[in-house]
Amino acid sequence: MRKPLGSIAHTRSGDKGDTANIGVIAFRPEDFTTIVREVTPERVKQFFGDLVKGNVERFELPNLGAINLLLHESLGGGGTVSLRVDAQGKTYGAALLRMEIEID
Amino acid sequence: MIRIANGQGFWGDWLEAPVRLVEQGPIDFLVLDYLAEVTMSILQKQKQDNSALGYARDFPPLIGRLAHGLKERNIKVVANAGGVNPAACAQAVLQSAPGLKVAVVHGDDVLDRIDEFLGKGYEMRDMDTGRPISTIRSRILSANAYIGAFPLAEALDTGADVVIAGRSTDTALTLAPMVHKFGWQPGDWDKLAAGTIAGHIIECGAQCSGGNCQTDWQNIPGMADIGYPIVEAEPDGSFTVTKHANTGGRVHSDTVKEQLLYELGDPKRYITPDCIADFTTVQLTNTGPDRVRVTGIRGGPRPPTLKLSISYANGWKAVGTLVYSWPQALEKARAADRIVRQRLAGLGLAFEEIYTEYFGMNACHGAAAPPNPDPPEIQLRIGVRGQDRKAVDRFTRELIPLVLNGPPGATGFGEGRPPVREIVAYWPALLPREEIQTRVEAIA
Repeated sequence: MRKPLGSIAHTRSGDKGDTANIGVIAFRPEDFTTIVREVTPERVKQFFGDLVKGNVERFELPNLGAINLLLHESLGGGGTVSLRVDAQGKTYGAALLRMEIEID
Repeated sequence: MIRIANGQGFWGDWLEAPVRLVEQGPIDFLVLDYLAEVTMSILQKQKQDNSALGYARDFPPLIGRLAHGLKERNIKVVANAGGVNPAACAQAVLQSAPGLKVAVVHGDDVLDRIDEFLGKGYEMRDMDTGRPISTIRSRILSANAYIGAFPLAEALDTGADVVIAGRSTDTALTLAPMVHKFGWQPGDWDKLAAGTIAGHIIECGAQCSGGNCQTDWQNIPGMADIGYPIVEAEPDGSFTVTKHANTGGRVHSDTVKEQLLYELGDPKRYITPDCIADFTTVQLTNTGPDRVRVTGIRGGPRPPTLKLSISYANGWKAVGTLVYSWPQALEKARAADRIVRQRLAGLGLAFEEIYTEYFGMNACHGAAAPPNPDPPEIQLRIGVRGQDRKAVDRFTRELIPLVLNGPPGATGFGEGRPPVREIVAYWPALLPREEIQTRVEAIA
Protein backbone atom coordinates (compact mmCIF):
# COMPACT_ATOMS: atom_id res chain seq x y z
CA MET A 1 0.00 0.00 0.00
CA ARG A 2 1.43 3.39 -0.98
CA LYS A 3 1.25 6.11 1.65
CA PRO A 4 3.11 9.32 2.44
CA LEU A 5 6.12 8.97 4.74
CA GLY A 6 4.35 11.33 7.16
CA SER A 7 1.84 8.58 7.98
CA ILE A 8 4.51 6.58 9.83
CA ALA A 9 7.25 9.08 10.71
CA HIS A 10 8.06 12.57 11.90
CA THR A 11 11.08 14.65 10.92
CA ARG A 12 13.31 17.52 11.96
CA SER A 13 15.78 19.28 9.70
CA GLY A 14 18.58 21.80 10.03
CA ASP A 15 21.90 22.85 8.53
CA LYS A 16 25.65 22.51 8.74
CA GLY A 17 27.13 24.86 6.17
CA ASP A 18 25.78 23.99 2.72
CA THR A 19 24.56 20.59 3.94
CA ALA A 20 21.03 20.09 5.24
CA ASN A 21 20.26 17.21 7.57
CA ILE A 22 16.88 15.54 7.97
CA GLY A 23 16.18 13.24 10.90
CA VAL A 24 13.38 10.79 10.04
CA ILE A 25 11.87 9.13 13.12
CA ALA A 26 9.38 6.27 13.13
CA PHE A 27 6.33 6.81 15.33
CA ARG A 28 6.35 3.07 16.11
CA PRO A 29 9.63 1.12 16.44
CA GLU A 30 8.35 -1.63 14.12
CA ASP A 31 8.23 0.83 11.20
CA PHE A 32 11.97 1.49 11.35
CA THR A 33 12.72 -1.32 8.88
CA THR A 34 10.18 0.11 6.43
CA ILE A 35 11.87 3.49 6.62
CA VAL A 36 15.30 1.92 6.05
CA ARG A 37 13.96 0.00 3.04
CA GLU A 38 12.00 2.86 1.47
CA VAL A 39 13.80 6.11 2.31
CA THR A 40 17.01 5.44 0.41
CA PRO A 41 19.57 8.13 -0.47
CA GLU A 42 18.79 7.70 -4.17
CA ARG A 43 15.06 8.25 -3.71
CA VAL A 44 15.58 11.22 -1.41
CA LYS A 45 17.87 12.86 -3.96
CA GLN A 46 15.34 12.23 -6.70
CA PHE A 47 12.49 13.56 -4.53
CA PHE A 48 14.17 16.91 -3.96
CA GLY A 49 15.26 17.28 -7.61
CA ASP A 50 17.54 20.22 -8.37
CA LEU A 51 17.39 21.46 -4.78
CA VAL A 52 20.13 18.95 -3.90
CA LYS A 53 23.23 19.51 -6.04
CA GLY A 54 25.46 17.02 -4.18
CA ASN A 55 24.94 13.48 -2.95
CA VAL A 56 22.69 12.21 -0.16
CA GLU A 57 24.23 10.26 2.74
CA ARG A 58 22.28 8.14 5.19
CA PHE A 59 23.03 6.96 8.74
CA GLU A 60 20.93 4.61 10.86
CA LEU A 61 20.00 5.06 14.53
CA PRO A 62 18.02 1.88 15.30
CA ASN A 63 17.99 2.79 19.00
CA LEU A 64 15.77 5.77 18.17
CA GLY A 65 13.92 4.13 15.26
CA ALA A 66 15.45 6.84 13.13
CA ILE A 67 17.64 7.60 10.14
CA ASN A 68 19.70 10.72 9.55
CA LEU A 69 19.95 12.05 5.99
CA LEU A 70 22.64 14.49 4.88
CA LEU A 71 21.73 16.46 1.74
CA HIS A 72 25.01 17.89 0.48
CA GLU A 73 25.10 21.17 -1.48
CA SER A 74 21.41 21.76 -0.93
CA LEU A 75 21.28 25.22 0.69
CA GLY A 76 22.48 27.59 -2.04
CA GLY A 77 25.91 27.94 -0.42
CA GLY A 78 24.52 27.80 3.11
CA GLY A 79 24.43 30.18 6.04
CA THR A 80 24.86 33.83 5.19
CA VAL A 81 25.89 33.18 1.57
CA SER A 82 22.59 31.59 0.57
CA LEU A 83 19.91 33.62 -1.22
CA ARG A 84 17.22 31.05 -0.35
CA VAL A 85 14.48 31.98 2.11
CA ASP A 86 15.09 28.63 3.82
CA ALA A 87 18.86 28.94 3.96
CA GLN A 88 18.98 26.57 6.94
CA GLY A 89 16.80 23.83 5.46
CA LYS A 90 14.36 24.20 8.35
CA THR A 91 11.44 23.11 6.17
CA TYR A 92 13.12 20.25 4.27
CA GLY A 93 12.02 17.70 6.85
CA ALA A 94 8.40 18.72 6.38
CA ALA A 95 8.79 18.42 2.59
CA LEU A 96 9.92 14.82 2.90
CA LEU A 97 6.73 13.85 4.79
CA ARG A 98 5.00 13.96 1.40
CA MET A 99 7.26 11.35 -0.21
CA GLU A 100 5.24 8.26 -1.17
CA ILE A 101 6.53 4.98 0.18
CA GLU A 102 5.36 1.35 0.12
CA ILE A 103 3.98 0.33 3.51
CA ASP A 104 3.39 -3.35 4.36
CA MET B 1 21.96 14.92 41.25
CA ILE B 2 22.26 18.42 39.81
CA ARG B 3 19.72 20.36 37.76
CA ILE B 4 21.04 22.20 34.70
CA ALA B 5 18.65 24.39 32.70
CA ASN B 6 19.08 26.10 29.33
CA GLY B 7 17.40 29.50 29.12
CA GLN B 8 18.70 30.74 25.78
CA GLY B 9 19.11 28.66 22.61
CA PHE B 10 20.60 31.52 20.58
CA TRP B 11 21.11 35.27 20.86
CA GLY B 12 17.60 36.56 20.33
CA ASP B 13 15.77 33.73 22.07
CA TRP B 14 12.86 34.45 24.45
CA LEU B 15 13.93 37.02 27.04
CA GLU B 16 11.53 35.68 29.69
CA ALA B 17 12.84 32.11 29.57
CA PRO B 18 15.86 32.47 31.89
CA VAL B 19 13.82 34.52 34.37
CA ARG B 20 11.14 31.84 34.55
CA LEU B 21 13.70 29.07 34.93
CA VAL B 22 15.13 30.85 37.98
CA GLU B 23 11.80 31.78 39.54
CA GLN B 24 9.44 28.88 38.78
CA GLY B 25 11.24 25.90 40.30
CA PRO B 26 14.51 24.41 41.46
CA ILE B 27 17.67 24.55 39.32
CA ASP B 28 21.37 24.57 40.24
CA PHE B 29 22.90 25.83 37.00
CA LEU B 30 21.54 28.12 34.30
CA VAL B 31 23.30 27.87 30.94
CA LEU B 32 22.82 30.43 28.18
CA ASP B 33 24.00 29.93 24.60
CA TYR B 34 24.49 33.16 22.66
CA LEU B 35 26.76 32.32 19.75
CA ALA B 36 25.91 31.13 16.28
CA GLU B 37 28.49 30.51 13.58
CA VAL B 38 28.75 34.05 12.28
CA THR B 39 27.88 35.91 15.48
CA MET B 40 31.58 36.27 16.29
CA SER B 41 32.21 38.38 13.18
CA ILE B 42 29.38 40.78 14.06
CA LEU B 43 30.83 41.13 17.54
CA GLN B 44 34.33 41.64 16.13
CA LYS B 45 33.07 44.58 14.07
CA GLN B 46 31.42 46.07 17.15
CA LYS B 47 34.68 45.72 19.05
CA GLN B 48 36.62 47.43 16.24
CA ASP B 49 34.26 50.41 16.50
CA ASN B 50 34.26 50.47 20.32
CA SER B 51 36.81 48.51 22.35
CA ALA B 52 34.32 48.20 25.24
CA LEU B 53 31.91 46.16 23.07
CA GLY B 54 32.06 42.82 21.24
CA TYR B 55 29.94 40.67 23.56
CA ALA B 56 26.26 39.72 23.81
CA ARG B 57 24.81 42.98 25.04
CA ASP B 58 21.58 41.38 26.26
CA PHE B 59 23.52 39.41 28.84
CA PRO B 60 24.60 41.99 31.50
CA PRO B 61 21.09 43.48 31.92
CA LEU B 62 19.67 39.95 32.12
CA ILE B 63 22.09 39.07 34.92
CA GLY B 64 21.12 42.31 36.65
CA ARG B 65 17.48 41.26 36.45
CA LEU B 66 18.30 37.74 37.73
CA ALA B 67 20.88 38.69 40.37
CA HIS B 68 18.63 38.53 43.41
CA GLY B 69 17.17 35.13 42.46
CA LEU B 70 20.59 33.69 41.59
CA LYS B 71 21.96 34.66 45.01
CA GLU B 72 18.88 33.61 46.95
CA ARG B 73 18.73 30.19 45.31
CA ASN B 74 22.47 29.69 44.84
CA ILE B 75 22.21 29.23 41.06
CA LYS B 76 25.37 29.47 38.98
CA VAL B 77 25.33 30.79 35.40
CA VAL B 78 27.49 29.50 32.54
CA ALA B 79 27.31 31.45 29.27
CA ASN B 80 29.30 32.02 26.09
CA ALA B 81 28.09 35.62 26.13
CA GLY B 82 31.66 36.94 26.10
CA GLY B 83 31.90 36.83 22.31
CA VAL B 84 35.21 38.40 21.27
CA ASN B 85 35.48 40.50 24.43
CA PRO B 86 34.76 38.41 27.55
CA ALA B 87 36.68 40.84 29.79
CA ALA B 88 34.43 43.76 28.80
CA CYS B 89 31.39 41.53 29.23
CA ALA B 90 32.54 40.69 32.76
CA GLN B 91 32.90 44.37 33.63
CA ALA B 92 29.41 45.10 32.35
CA VAL B 93 28.02 42.20 34.39
CA LEU B 94 29.72 43.48 37.53
CA GLN B 95 28.11 46.87 36.96
CA SER B 96 24.65 45.32 36.49
CA ALA B 97 25.01 42.89 39.39
CA PRO B 98 27.68 44.16 41.82
CA GLY B 99 27.20 41.40 44.40
CA LEU B 100 28.08 38.49 42.09
CA LYS B 101 31.44 36.78 41.60
CA VAL B 102 32.45 36.48 37.95
CA ALA B 103 35.03 34.27 36.25
CA VAL B 104 36.19 34.69 32.66
CA VAL B 105 37.68 32.08 30.32
CA HIS B 106 40.30 33.51 27.96
CA GLY B 107 42.21 31.95 25.11
CA ASP B 108 39.73 31.07 22.37
CA ASP B 109 40.37 34.21 20.30
CA VAL B 110 43.11 33.51 17.72
CA LEU B 111 42.50 36.36 15.27
CA ASP B 112 45.99 37.74 15.99
CA ARG B 113 47.63 34.33 15.65
CA ILE B 114 46.63 33.33 12.09
CA ASP B 115 50.01 34.25 10.59
CA GLU B 116 51.79 32.46 13.44
CA PHE B 117 49.81 29.31 12.60
CA LEU B 118 50.49 29.69 8.87
CA GLY B 119 54.18 30.06 9.72
CA LYS B 120 54.03 26.74 11.55
CA GLY B 121 52.63 25.11 8.43
CA TYR B 122 48.99 24.77 9.53
CA GLU B 123 46.95 25.26 6.37
CA MET B 124 43.60 25.58 8.18
CA ARG B 125 41.77 24.26 5.13
CA ASP B 126 38.00 24.78 4.93
CA MET B 127 36.59 21.54 6.33
CA ASP B 128 33.78 21.62 3.76
CA THR B 129 35.60 22.60 0.57
CA GLY B 130 39.25 21.75 1.28
CA ARG B 131 40.51 25.17 0.20
CA PRO B 132 43.56 26.50 2.10
CA ILE B 133 43.00 29.57 4.25
CA SER B 134 45.62 31.55 2.32
CA THR B 135 42.92 32.13 -0.35
CA ILE B 136 40.93 34.34 2.06
CA ARG B 137 43.71 35.52 4.42
CA SER B 138 43.18 39.24 3.79
CA ARG B 139 39.42 39.01 4.31
CA ILE B 140 39.33 37.28 7.71
CA LEU B 141 37.13 39.10 10.24
CA SER B 142 37.25 36.80 13.27
CA ALA B 143 38.92 33.54 14.30
CA ASN B 144 38.14 31.55 17.43
CA ALA B 145 38.82 28.05 18.65
CA TYR B 146 35.86 26.09 19.98
CA ILE B 147 36.77 25.34 23.58
CA GLY B 148 35.30 22.53 25.62
CA ALA B 149 33.88 21.99 29.10
CA PHE B 150 37.08 21.70 31.14
CA PRO B 151 38.07 25.40 31.13
CA LEU B 152 34.46 26.28 32.02
CA ALA B 153 34.49 23.76 34.89
CA GLU B 154 37.77 25.25 36.09
CA ALA B 155 36.03 28.64 36.17
CA LEU B 156 33.17 27.15 38.21
CA ASP B 157 35.77 25.67 40.57
CA THR B 158 36.80 29.23 41.53
CA GLY B 159 33.40 29.67 43.20
CA ALA B 160 32.13 32.07 40.56
CA ASP B 161 28.43 32.87 40.35
CA VAL B 162 28.72 33.72 36.66
CA VAL B 163 31.12 32.09 34.19
CA ILE B 164 31.68 34.02 30.97
CA ALA B 165 33.34 32.40 27.97
CA GLY B 166 33.89 33.35 24.36
CA ARG B 167 33.56 30.67 21.71
CA SER B 168 32.87 27.60 23.83
CA THR B 169 30.88 24.84 22.20
CA ASP B 170 27.17 24.83 22.93
CA THR B 171 27.38 21.40 24.53
CA ALA B 172 30.27 22.40 26.83
CA LEU B 173 28.01 24.84 28.67
CA THR B 174 25.88 21.95 29.95
CA LEU B 175 28.74 19.48 30.40
CA ALA B 176 30.84 21.92 32.47
CA PRO B 177 28.64 21.83 35.61
CA MET B 178 28.81 18.00 35.54
CA VAL B 179 32.61 18.04 35.23
CA HIS B 180 32.72 20.61 38.03
CA LYS B 181 30.38 18.75 40.41
CA PHE B 182 31.17 15.12 39.61
CA GLY B 183 34.91 15.46 39.02
CA TRP B 184 34.86 13.76 35.62
CA GLN B 185 38.25 13.63 33.88
CA PRO B 186 39.51 13.15 30.31
CA GLY B 187 39.31 9.38 29.98
CA ASP B 188 35.77 9.20 31.41
CA TRP B 189 34.65 9.14 27.79
CA ASP B 190 31.22 7.53 28.35
CA LYS B 191 30.29 10.08 31.02
CA LEU B 192 31.65 12.99 28.99
CA ALA B 193 29.67 11.72 25.99
CA ALA B 194 26.54 11.53 28.14
CA GLY B 195 26.98 15.11 29.34
CA THR B 196 27.68 16.20 25.78
CA ILE B 197 24.48 14.61 24.51
CA ALA B 198 22.57 16.18 27.42
CA GLY B 199 23.99 19.47 26.17
CA HIS B 200 22.92 18.73 22.60
CA ILE B 201 19.37 17.98 23.79
CA ILE B 202 18.94 21.30 25.64
CA GLU B 203 21.24 23.59 23.64
CA CYS B 204 18.40 24.87 21.46
CA GLY B 205 16.22 25.75 24.43
CA ALA B 206 12.56 24.86 24.00
CA GLN B 207 13.20 22.97 20.77
CA CYS B 208 13.32 19.81 22.94
CA SER B 209 10.38 20.74 25.17
CA GLY B 210 7.61 21.18 22.61
CA GLY B 211 8.86 23.99 20.40
CA ASN B 212 9.12 23.34 16.65
CA CYS B 213 7.75 19.87 17.33
CA GLN B 214 5.96 18.09 14.45
CA THR B 215 4.45 15.34 16.55
CA ASP B 216 0.94 16.24 17.71
CA TRP B 217 1.86 19.92 17.63
CA GLN B 218 -1.76 21.10 17.73
CA ASN B 219 -2.26 19.48 21.13
CA ILE B 220 0.91 20.54 22.92
CA PRO B 221 -0.46 22.55 25.83
CA GLY B 222 0.40 26.04 27.02
CA MET B 223 2.77 27.07 24.25
CA ALA B 224 2.60 30.72 25.32
CA ASP B 225 4.08 29.68 28.66
CA ILE B 226 6.43 27.05 27.27
CA GLY B 227 8.84 25.60 29.84
CA TYR B 228 12.51 25.60 28.87
CA PRO B 229 14.42 22.34 29.38
CA ILE B 230 16.12 21.08 32.52
CA VAL B 231 18.57 18.17 32.73
CA GLU B 232 18.70 16.29 36.04
CA ALA B 233 22.22 14.85 35.82
CA GLU B 234 23.56 11.93 37.86
CA PRO B 235 27.23 11.23 38.66
CA ASP B 236 27.08 7.97 36.61
CA GLY B 237 26.26 9.87 33.39
CA SER B 238 22.57 9.01 33.22
CA PHE B 239 20.15 11.93 33.20
CA THR B 240 16.51 12.94 32.95
CA VAL B 241 15.20 15.67 30.66
CA THR B 242 12.30 17.60 32.15
CA LYS B 243 10.90 21.12 32.71
CA HIS B 244 9.38 23.00 35.60
CA ALA B 245 5.92 21.90 36.78
CA ASN B 246 3.03 24.13 35.71
CA THR B 247 4.75 25.32 32.55
CA GLY B 248 3.56 24.75 28.98
CA GLY B 249 5.09 22.64 26.27
CA ARG B 250 5.92 18.94 26.42
CA VAL B 251 8.92 16.78 27.22
CA HIS B 252 8.44 13.33 25.72
CA SER B 253 10.62 10.83 23.87
CA ASP B 254 9.20 12.22 20.60
CA THR B 255 10.24 15.81 21.36
CA VAL B 256 13.65 14.64 22.59
CA LYS B 257 14.22 12.41 19.55
CA GLU B 258 13.52 15.30 17.18
CA GLN B 259 16.12 17.41 18.96
CA LEU B 260 18.64 14.55 19.09
CA LEU B 261 18.50 14.41 15.29
CA TYR B 262 18.75 18.20 14.88
CA GLU B 263 21.86 19.36 13.01
CA LEU B 264 23.40 15.92 13.38
CA GLY B 265 26.09 14.50 11.09
CA ASP B 266 27.49 10.98 11.53
CA PRO B 267 25.64 9.83 14.67
CA LYS B 268 28.49 7.55 15.77
CA ARG B 269 31.02 10.37 15.65
CA TYR B 270 29.67 13.56 17.21
CA ILE B 271 32.98 15.34 17.66
CA THR B 272 33.56 17.92 20.40
CA PRO B 273 36.68 19.19 22.18
CA ASP B 274 35.70 16.97 25.13
CA CYS B 275 34.98 13.57 23.55
CA ILE B 276 33.41 11.83 20.58
CA ALA B 277 29.82 10.93 21.45
CA ASP B 278 27.90 8.02 19.93
CA PHE B 279 24.23 8.89 19.39
CA THR B 280 23.44 5.29 18.40
CA THR B 281 23.84 4.28 22.06
CA VAL B 282 21.19 6.64 23.48
CA GLN B 283 18.31 4.87 25.24
CA LEU B 284 15.18 6.91 26.02
CA THR B 285 12.41 6.01 28.49
CA ASN B 286 9.32 8.04 29.30
CA THR B 287 9.29 7.83 33.10
CA GLY B 288 6.46 10.24 33.88
CA PRO B 289 4.65 13.30 32.61
CA ASP B 290 7.27 15.56 30.97
CA ARG B 291 10.10 13.29 32.10
CA VAL B 292 12.42 11.38 29.75
CA ARG B 293 15.22 9.29 31.22
CA VAL B 294 18.37 8.95 29.10
CA THR B 295 20.81 6.07 29.67
CA GLY B 296 23.34 3.84 27.94
CA ILE B 297 25.44 6.54 26.27
CA ARG B 298 28.92 5.56 25.10
CA GLY B 299 31.73 7.75 23.86
CA GLY B 300 35.33 7.75 22.73
CA PRO B 301 38.49 9.82 23.18
CA ARG B 302 38.56 13.50 22.29
CA PRO B 303 40.28 14.34 18.98
CA PRO B 304 43.85 15.70 18.78
CA THR B 305 42.56 18.81 17.00
CA LEU B 306 40.27 21.67 17.91
CA LYS B 307 37.88 23.23 15.44
CA LEU B 308 38.31 26.86 14.50
CA SER B 309 35.37 29.13 13.76
CA ILE B 310 36.66 31.66 11.25
CA SER B 311 34.58 34.28 9.49
CA TYR B 312 35.53 36.30 6.44
CA ALA B 313 34.07 38.96 4.17
CA ASN B 314 32.69 37.37 1.01
CA GLY B 315 30.95 40.10 -0.99
CA TRP B 316 27.50 41.63 -0.91
CA LYS B 317 23.92 40.57 -1.33
CA ALA B 318 20.38 41.93 -1.51
CA VAL B 319 16.98 40.26 -1.70
CA GLY B 320 13.87 42.06 -2.92
CA THR B 321 10.21 41.11 -3.25
CA LEU B 322 7.04 42.09 -5.11
CA VAL B 323 3.56 40.57 -4.82
CA TYR B 324 1.48 39.61 -7.88
CA SER B 325 -2.23 38.94 -7.52
CA TRP B 326 -4.68 36.67 -9.35
CA PRO B 327 -5.32 36.11 -12.22
CA GLN B 328 -2.20 34.45 -13.69
CA ALA B 329 -0.25 35.45 -10.57
CA LEU B 330 2.58 33.00 -11.19
CA GLU B 331 2.84 33.83 -14.88
CA LYS B 332 3.09 37.54 -14.06
CA ALA B 333 5.76 36.94 -11.43
CA ARG B 334 7.77 34.81 -13.86
CA ALA B 335 7.49 37.49 -16.55
CA ALA B 336 8.69 40.13 -14.06
CA ASP B 337 11.67 37.93 -13.17
CA ARG B 338 12.64 37.65 -16.85
CA ILE B 339 12.39 41.42 -17.26
CA VAL B 340 14.60 42.10 -14.23
CA ARG B 341 17.25 39.66 -15.45
CA GLN B 342 17.17 41.19 -18.95
CA ARG B 343 17.54 44.72 -17.54
CA LEU B 344 20.44 43.68 -15.27
CA ALA B 345 22.18 42.08 -18.24
CA GLY B 346 21.50 45.20 -20.29
CA LEU B 347 23.25 47.28 -17.63
CA GLY B 348 26.27 44.99 -17.95
CA LEU B 349 26.01 43.95 -14.28
CA ALA B 350 27.55 40.63 -13.36
CA PHE B 351 26.71 38.62 -10.22
CA GLU B 352 27.93 35.37 -8.74
CA GLU B 353 24.33 34.32 -8.46
CA ILE B 354 20.81 35.55 -9.21
CA TYR B 355 18.24 33.41 -7.43
CA THR B 356 14.45 33.59 -7.77
CA GLU B 357 11.78 32.02 -5.58
CA TYR B 358 8.01 32.19 -5.85
CA PHE B 359 6.38 32.37 -2.42
CA GLY B 360 3.16 30.43 -2.45
CA MET B 361 4.63 27.99 -4.98
CA ASN B 362 8.10 26.65 -4.30
CA ALA B 363 10.15 28.87 -1.97
CA CYS B 364 10.43 26.34 0.84
CA HIS B 365 10.28 22.98 -0.92
CA GLY B 366 11.43 23.60 -4.49
CA ALA B 367 10.64 20.74 -6.84
CA ALA B 368 9.20 18.77 -3.92
CA ALA B 369 6.31 21.23 -3.48
CA PRO B 370 2.86 20.05 -4.59
CA PRO B 371 1.29 21.65 -7.69
CA ASN B 372 -0.69 24.84 -7.10
CA PRO B 373 -2.37 25.53 -10.46
CA ASP B 374 -4.21 28.82 -9.78
CA PRO B 375 -2.74 30.60 -6.75
CA PRO B 376 -4.62 33.74 -5.60
CA GLU B 377 -1.31 35.55 -5.15
CA ILE B 378 2.42 34.97 -5.49
CA GLN B 379 5.31 36.80 -3.94
CA LEU B 380 8.25 37.16 -6.31
CA ARG B 381 11.51 37.07 -4.37
CA ILE B 382 14.74 37.79 -6.25
CA GLY B 383 18.15 37.75 -4.62
CA VAL B 384 21.59 38.60 -6.01
CA ARG B 385 25.09 38.31 -4.61
CA GLY B 386 28.55 39.26 -5.82
CA GLN B 387 31.80 40.98 -4.92
CA ASP B 388 30.81 44.33 -6.51
CA ARG B 389 28.77 46.33 -4.01
CA LYS B 390 27.72 48.89 -6.64
CA ALA B 391 26.21 46.17 -8.83
CA VAL B 392 24.22 44.79 -5.90
CA ASP B 393 23.06 48.29 -5.01
CA ARG B 394 21.95 48.90 -8.61
CA PHE B 395 19.89 45.71 -8.49
CA THR B 396 17.94 47.03 -5.49
CA ARG B 397 16.60 49.83 -7.74
CA GLU B 398 15.26 47.47 -10.41
CA LEU B 399 12.23 45.99 -8.63
CA ILE B 400 9.91 48.89 -7.73
CA PRO B 401 9.80 50.32 -11.31
CA LEU B 402 8.09 47.08 -12.34
CA VAL B 403 4.95 48.19 -10.48
CA LEU B 404 4.38 50.72 -13.29
CA ASN B 405 6.43 49.37 -16.17
CA GLY B 406 5.99 45.59 -15.83
CA PRO B 407 3.21 43.00 -15.78
CA PRO B 408 -0.10 44.08 -14.18
CA GLY B 409 -1.20 43.53 -10.61
CA ALA B 410 2.03 44.16 -8.68
CA THR B 411 1.96 45.44 -5.11
CA GLY B 412 3.76 44.95 -1.81
CA PHE B 413 6.54 47.46 -2.44
CA GLY B 414 5.76 49.57 0.64
CA GLU B 415 9.06 49.01 2.36
CA GLY B 416 11.02 50.51 -0.50
CA ARG B 417 14.33 49.28 -1.84
CA PRO B 418 15.83 46.28 -0.09
CA PRO B 419 19.04 46.86 1.91
CA VAL B 420 22.47 45.78 0.63
CA ARG B 421 24.13 43.50 3.18
CA GLU B 422 27.73 42.39 3.52
CA ILE B 423 28.14 38.62 3.32
CA VAL B 424 30.14 37.32 6.26
CA ALA B 425 30.90 33.71 5.45
CA TYR B 426 31.95 30.88 7.74
CA TRP B 427 35.21 28.95 7.44
CA PRO B 428 35.52 25.91 9.70
CA ALA B 429 39.07 24.56 10.06
CA LEU B 430 41.18 22.36 12.34
CA LEU B 431 44.18 23.15 14.53
CA PRO B 432 46.30 20.95 16.85
CA ARG B 433 44.74 21.33 20.28
CA GLU B 434 48.03 22.04 22.06
CA GLU B 435 48.13 25.42 20.27
CA ILE B 436 45.24 26.62 22.42
CA GLN B 437 45.96 27.35 26.08
CA THR B 438 42.97 28.67 27.99
CA ARG B 439 43.25 30.79 31.10
CA VAL B 440 40.66 31.39 33.82
CA GLU B 441 40.46 34.79 35.45
CA ALA B 442 38.37 35.12 38.63
CA ILE B 443 37.06 38.63 39.21
CA ALA B 444 35.82 39.65 42.66
